Amino acid sequence: MITKKRLTHLKQLEAESIHILREVAAEFTNPVMMYSVGKDSSVMLHLAMKAFSPSKLPFPMLHVDTKWKFKEMIAFRDQRAKELGFDLVVHSNLEGIEMNISPFEHGSKVHTDIMKTQALKQALNAGGYDAIIGGARRDEEKSRAKERIFSFRDKHHRWDPKNQRPELWNIYNTAIQKGESVRVFPISNWTELDIWQYIYLENIKIPSLYFAKEQEIVEYEGTKIRVDDERMPEALRKTAKKEMVRFRTLGCYPLTGAINSTASTLPEIIKEMLLSTSSEREGRLIDKDQEGAMELKKIEGYF
Amino acid sequence: MSEKNNKIALDIEGYLKEHENKDMLRFLTCGSVDDGKSTLIGRMLYDSKMIFDDQLSAAENESKKYGTTGEKIDMALLVDGLQSEREQGITIDVAYRFFTTENRKFIIADTPGHEQYTRNMVTGASTADVAIILIDARKGILTQTRRHSFIVNLLGIEHVIVAINKMDLVDFSEDVFNDISKAYGELANELGIQNTYYIPVSALDGDNVVDKSAHTPWFDGLPMLGLLDSMDVTKSPKSEDFRFPVQYVNRPDLDFRGFCGTIAAGSVKVGDEITVLPSGKTTKVKSIINAGDTTEENRSVTTSEAYAPMAITITTEDEVDISRGDMIVHTKNLPRVSNSLKVMLVWMDEKGMELGRNYDIKRATSVVSGSFEHINYKVDVNTYEREQVHALGLNDIASCKMLLTQPIAADAYETNRLTGSFIVVDRITNNTVGAGMIVGVSRRETDALKLSEKTYTDAEKALNLYIRENFPEWECKVV
Repeated sequence: MITKKRLTHLKQLEAESIHILREVAAEFTNPVMMYSVGKDSSVMLHLAMKAFSPSKLPFPMLHVDTKWKFKEMIAFRDQRAKELGFDLVVHSNLEGIEMNISPFEHGSKVHTDIMKTQALKQALNAGGYDAIIGGARRDEEKSRAKERIFSFRDKHHRWDPKNQRPELWNIYNTAIQKGESVRVFPISNWTELDIWQYIYLENIKIPSLYFAKEQEIVEYEGTKIRVDDERMPEALRKTAKKEMVRFRTLGCYPLTGAINSTASTLPEIIKEMLLSTSSEREGRLIDKDQEGAMELKKIEGYF
Repeated sequence: MSEKNNKIALDIEGYLKEHENKDMLRFLTCGSVDDGKSTLIGRMLYDSKMIFDDQLSAAENESKKYGTTGEKIDMALLVDGLQSEREQGITIDVAYRFFTTENRKFIIADTPGHEQYTRNMVTGASTADVAIILIDARKGILTQTRRHSFIVNLLGIEHVIVAINKMDLVDFSEDVFNDISKAYGELANELGIQNTYYIPVSALDGDNVVDKSAHTPWFDGLPMLGLLDSMDVTKSPKSEDFRFPVQYVNRPDLDFRGFCGTIAAGSVKVGDEITVLPSGKTTKVKSIINAGDTTEENRSVTTSEAYAPMAITITTEDEVDISRGDMIVHTKNLPRVSNSLKVMLVWMDEKGMELGRNYDIKRATSVVSGSFEHINYKVDVNTYEREQVHALGLNDIASCKMLLTQPIAADAYETNRLTGSFIVVDRITNNTVGAGMIVGVSRRETDALKLSEKTYTDAEKALNLYIRENFPEWECKVV
């Protein structure tokens, strides 16, 4: 793995991420790590375990549950918390639940705003966290490419893309006032391929949804989505047919497109990814609401 | 199907094995607004198959709206990230992009070229090993080129690729290419840039970006991607002395007390005699955990040796007092410890630097308050002329004397990028207002601190000001 006096690119990325995680633990009084249960979160959790080994994680993991996540994600989350013994904080927007917010009925924009962005703000305010560690990568989307590793947020969790703190070398400015916070992105410099290679090399556990299986699939707004429960409108559910599919990213089941695939092992997934002609976010309906959608969501406080 | 894709399709596990051991290279692109920088990057990403179909069709849609290239897809739109930038047609902030070849993973720091954003270029340059400087073949070396080159050199980048772009607009003239190359060579000499490489390019059409261009038969060098993929960037090992800034103390229970950090330089073995600075206490390394080696099952795997840039945890033979901000070094290779440092300072805030004012100085993992006592000179990044000044504004670069309230173990930036660099944080706004590189470490000046506590009469203060303004070469302190 390590050649003489030189680290491979994955080991360099790993060391950089560990450095960032330790910096958070050392400089902030109440940090938290976002846990979205996806592959990037799995890698972050793995890196955090390494960074503080042999100790336990010095911060809790926070999952914002929109109540529309795939069933397997919730089961996987709870199992990992038990196996690794980390503190798990789960938050849902109760008002949103009462309003019966549904991506099918209210659309992805409203759903994401209320059940994700608002829920996240509620959870952060309730926890009073001063540093929030997230798994965003700069290769994911154009507005992410400009995000700092330690990204300052004002009292209202807003991001000001035109007024970011300069970030030089591996020195991170962690100074904030009370009520302000910093979003920290330890895997900023990883690409999707790095993530998969690392999962493969380190044998990291990920939810089964990433692997191809026969699933109940319907066509919805130009994307294939899985029938996860009876909240999917009946008319839509009736159109379901079995298909061999897998998911490149995980999120709310009505907003996460499946791809036809037979890749059932990590090497097969990586092979598929390398030969693919579309980006992983293509399956995400959330980015396409409007041009510059992600940038606007980020300014509002979305990760 | 390409040869690479063939390998992926037929033997993915073999392919993954080969790709486990890639190298990583970080480079910076600098050019002024119209040099076609974004176009070059878009071209590299596109031609190295890093742009996917959905991103391409998004760019096609946007090309119709904002594009400046007529019928062709505007490559710049593949990379210009923010909505506000697209509207203005310029790049306003540092963006990081990624691509991979057979041998290397690349991280591009894409920085804007116009003057008011010099701080962004400094930011991008701080982590880069290589810089690509774009020159418009029609215009040759401009003031911006001088500015970019100065910053690249200031930030210690040893390899500069000069991309002479828009060669299509000068009929791929060898003479134009040679003239610009020669002129840049002189500039590089003036600055002391060690390694320069020249490539005639047309980013718009892809000439000499990924593949060698048929339009430049007279050019016998490698195209951009080939050069980036094969160039030797191993640093001249100016200093292999072990430097370990302590980042975090890990103490799960009374039996374990580990000091975590990232090795900034050199290597360390179990049993090595170490000194903790600035306290000067000595002990021996008892064990080393390389964080990367630990697994879910075995959370305390030890190793006998570790080297930069590994993230490790060290335990010591004796229970000595070590905390975050300290630096662990080999007892036989001590750096200087001082509170008085000669530095090159880049000012990054709208609000100017005030002499004598207290700022927080974050160097590696230590945060110490300090002030700038004296400006030796300011450098004009365009003409390289030195100027006597008494204040610094946004984007000013100056040689200063920095006085810290506590001594730190310090190296010159030239020998160690990670222990020789620091950021300046405003203690009221918390903004990063400056960045600096240590040039020299003086003897301790702890007495000077007492000096500043003494009170002076108005006449004495006026005299002090008069001396500072009229005799800067005396390096007089502020009272």
